[in-house]
Amino acid sequence: MEHKTSVLAEEGRQDLRITREFNLPVALLFRAFEEPDLVSQWMGTKVIKLESRKHGSYQFETTDPKGNKFTFHGVIHEFIPGRKILRTFEFESMPFGVQLESLEFEGISDQTSRLTMHVVYQTTSQRDQQLKLPFAFGINMAHNRLQEIMGK
Amino acid sequence: MELRRDIFQAIADPTRRAILSLVAFHAMTPGAIAENFSSSRQTISKHIQILTECQLLTQQQTGREIFYHFNPDKMKEVADWLLPFQQMWEDRFAKLENIMDKYKTQ
Repeated sequence: MEHKTSVLAEEGRQDLRITREFNLPVALLFRAFEEPDLVSQWMGTKVIKLESRKHGSYQFETTDPKGNKFTFHGVIHEFIPGRKILRTFEFESMPFGVQLESLEFEGISDQTSRLTMHVVYQTTSQRDQQLKLPFAFGINMAHNRLQEIMGK
Repeated sequence: MELRRDIFQAIADPTRRAILSLVAFHAMTPGAIAENFSSSRQTISKHIQILTECQLLTQQQTGREIFYHFNPDKMKEVADWLLPFQQMWEDRFAKLENIMDKYKTQ
């Protein structure tokens, strides 16, 4: 499968960069990050609060298939419509600390755009732990499936 | 030199990455590897030791000489661990594009 999303996480550093090009005008791409209802749809999360402005804050809540709730929150430091969002991000009850996230939006053509996310962690090991999380979930899921099959 | 035997630490070092790319072409003796670097032979041998302990390099005795081979399977482990994270964002962004595409035509 082709990956349109590139993740750059250099060893020994405490940041990572995610880039993705979209077949969407930049204004529309930005909207997907600005409006609570849209964020909720593509992130697959419940948006408790999202104040899309400087000094605004946000709070998301996600429930996994087992019914465990995970909450995320942060504060918006910079909000330039159609161009940039600079915010903090904290995955509550997880040992990843607080991240500084910069999201930059640029139009490539009338109908295409690019998103660049730059995420800075407090330490290198926090970044690596977070990066390995989906990997760990993947292993757990494979393990659970195996148990389901073996249990039959 | 750090003594951690973590594979990610192992490839974090530029000299060790250079050693890996040399040996990936063909198996080499420690002496032949060291000739490519200005660092002391001792330093290079320490790097080789770390790479061997992480199984990125494997040893093979041929006559009196020891040859180091590159272990691509181990390297693949390193490349693969980022994939689920990337896939997670790939899925989210694909969904975003879909939703916004419908939104546009509404």
